[in-house]
Amino acid sequence: MDFRTMFEPKTMAIIGVSLHNDRHPANVIYNKNRFRYPVKVYAVNPQGGEYYKEKVYKNIGDIPEKIDLAIIAVRAEHVPGVLEECVESWVGGVVVISGGFSETGRHDMRDELIRVANEADFPIIGPNCLGIYSPSHVDSFFLPSERMVRPGQGNVAIVSQSGGILVDQMVKYAEQGIGLSRAVSIGNKAVVTELDLLKYLARDDQTDVIAFYMEGFGEGQGREFVNAASRSPKPVIVMKAGKSEAGSRAVSSHTASIAGDYRVFSSIMKQHGIVEAYDEYEMLNFSEALSCYSKPIKGRVGIVTASGGHGVVAVDRCNKSDLEVPLLPDDRQEIIREKLSNSIKTIASIDNPIDLTGSAQDDDFVVAARQLSLIDDIDCVLILLLPYIPEVTSDVGARLSQLYQETKKPIVAYVPHVEKYMMIIEGFQLNNVPVADSIEGAIMMVEAMKRCGQC
Amino acid sequence: MLTDEMKAILEKSKGTGWVLEPDAMKILSIAGLDVPEYIHATSVGEAETFASKAGYPLVAKVVSPDILHKSDVGGVVVGISSDKQLRETYKGFREMKGFAGAVIEEMLSGVELIVGAKIDSQFGPVIVVGIGGVGVEIYKDTAIRMAPIKKEHVPSMVADIKARKLLEGFRGSEPVDMERLSSMVVAFSKLVMDLAPFVESIDLNPVMCSGSRCVIADARMILNNAQG
Repeated sequence: MDFRTMFEPKTMAIIGVSLHNDRHPANVIYNKNRFRYPVKVYAVNPQGGEYYKEKVYKNIGDIPEKIDLAIIAVRAEHVPGVLEECVESWVGGVVVISGGFSETGRHDMRDELIRVANEADFPIIGPNCLGIYSPSHVDSFFLPSERMVRPGQGNVAIVSQSGGILVDQMVKYAEQGIGLSRAVSIGNKAVVTELDLLKYLARDDQTDVIAFYMEGFGEGQGREFVNAASRSPKPVIVMKAGKSEAGSRAVSSHTASIAGDYRVFSSIMKQHGIVEAYDEYEMLNFSEALSCYSKPIKGRVGIVTASGGHGVVAVDRCNKSDLEVPLLPDDRQEIIREKLSNSIKTIASIDNPIDLTGSAQDDDFVVAARQLSLIDDIDCVLILLLPYIPEVTSDVGARLSQLYQETKKPIVAYVPHVEKYMMIIEGFQLNNVPVADSIEGAIMMVEAMKRCGQC
Repeated sequence: MLTDEMKAILEKSKGTGWVLEPDAMKILSIAGLDVPEYIHATSVGEAETFASKAGYPLVAKVVSPDILHKSDVGGVVVGISSDKQLRETYKGFREMKGFAGAVIEEMLSGVELIVGAKIDSQFGPVIVVGIGGVGVEIYKDTAIRMAPIKKEHVPSMVADIKARKLLEGFRGSEPVDMERLSSMVVAFSKLVMDLAPFVESIDLNPVMCSGSRCVIADARMILNNAQG
C-alpha cells in the first residue's frame, strides 16, 4: 500500500462535520487543517448547508476535486455506506475515526469495512483511531490544536495501536527534542496493520527510524512483520504492552508453559534485530539515539565526566546492559593527561571513566572525548556533562558534537533537561548528537545502537 | 515432508489429542533424530527379553493415553538394575489408569536439556532450547527462536542460556558436542515445520547431551484442536 497521498494530501474531506457543534471531532479536524496545514479542506454532511460561510457538501461525490484523504467521523452504522461513496469517488485513502465496531461486539460492521477495503484494494486506517499526524502536511487528530504538544519535523515515524499513548509519547518526544516524520494511530487496525505501515515506512524518504507501540499482532502477522523488519534498511523499535502471562491458562506441555506470549515476542524481536523498548522511556531514548546514528556498535563505551559519582553510576548501568567499559592503554592515558589544562592535570583521574573533576573546562572535555574517540576498542563516547560547574560554557555542546563530524565515532551526552541548559543541549542536538535527560537514558541510547540489527 | 508412517501415527493419535510416547519416538527417529534403544513392552516377558539384550541399568516409563505427565504419577522409574526390579516396576505400572504397556529404554548420561516447539498464534512455529529435566518450568532457563532454525543460530541460542557453563564442561565434566546439538536442533526444527498444521506443542525433555550423543530420552507431542 502506498500511503504517500494520505500522509501528504493536497485535498481532504472531513465527513461528519456538524453544522452547530464546534467541539465535534470532525469540526476540530476541519478547523485545524483549514487554518494550519497546506491542504484544501472540504466539509461533508448529508444535510448540506454552510459552516462559517464555507459550503458543506452533502456527499463526498459532490466535491469538485479528487480527494486525497477522507476522514470519517460519523456514527459506526453509517460508516460502511460512507466508505462505498469514498471508493466510488476515487478517494486516495480513508481514516475512520469512529469507534463502536469490534470493541463493542459489532463484528459485522468491522467485517463490512474489511470487505469494502479488500474489494477495492482501498487503504483504511482505523476504525477507532486518531489517524495521521504528518508534520507540515496534515493532522487528523481530533484534539484541538491549542491542547496538543507537537514535535517538530524529524525522521522518526511512530505507529501506535493506542491513540492515547501516541499523543502522550508525542509530548515526550517534543520535550526531548526528537522530531517526527509521521505519527499514525491505527486503532482497531481492521485493514491497515503494522505490517502495511512498516513496509511503506521502510521506503518513505522522510523516515529513518520506525517505532511501534502495539498490544499484539493479529493471527500469523507477527511472522510476516519480523520478516519485513529484517529486510527494512531502517532501524525498527517496538514496544509491546500486555507483557504479563495469563497464569491461570492451563498449559499441557513444558514448552507451552515456558514459551508464553511475551517471552516468545521478546525473543523473536531480538532474533531479528528489532530493538524492543521495555517502556516509554526506553522508546524515547532508543528513538533519539537511532535517529542520529544508524551504524551498529559492539557496545564498548568510553566515558568522560566531571564527577566520580556520575562515572560509577554509569559503569553500573553499563554492566547491567552488557556494555563494556574497557581500560585505556597506558600511552593513551599519558597523552590525555599531557593535553589537559594545568588546573586539573594532576587531579584528574584518567581511567575509564575519565573524571575531569569540577574544575574542568570546555577544552578538557574536548581533549578527553577526542582521545577516547581515537581508540579502536571504544566504539561510543559517553559524555556526562555537568553544566553547573564553573568553567564549562554554553559552547561545550556544539564543540563536542564537532568531534563526531571529525572522527565519526558516535557520541551520546547527558545534560539535565532544564531551561537554563538549553543552549548546551541544542548545541549537541542541532548537530545531530543525542542528549539524554538522565545517565540511565544516555546508556539506553548506547544500548539501542548495540541492539539494532537494521543499523 | 511427513512420511506416510508419520501421517498414520498422527491420524491414530487424534482421539487422544496427543501422541503416545512410543509413537512420538517413532516419528522422531524417522526424522533422523537420535532416540534411545527402546521397546514398547506390553508384557513382563517382553520387557525382560529386551533387558537381557540391552543390559542394565534401564529406564521404564508407563504408556497410557490417560497419563500425559508420567513423572507426576510415578510413571517414570530410572536406574532399574535387576530383573526383579524391572518386574516390580512393570507390575506397579499395570495398576495405573489407561495402562497400555511400558517403554523400556537404555539409561543415558549427559546434560539434561529441553528441546521444544510451540505453534504460536502470532509467529507460527517457535523452537525452545534450554536446561531440561523436571525443574524446567521453575528455572525457565531457555532460549526461544522463530523456526526454521539454521545451524548457525544454535550457538546464539546456547549463549542465551544462563546455565550454559553446564554445556561447556563444568568442573571437569565432559562438554556437550555442539556440532551434534546443532544438527539435532536443526533436524527437529525441520520436522516441526512439517508438523505445524497438526501439533500445538512438542516437548523433548530431557534430551541427554554428552560429548558423543544428543539423545531424546522422552517426548511429548500435543496435537492441536483441529485434530480432535
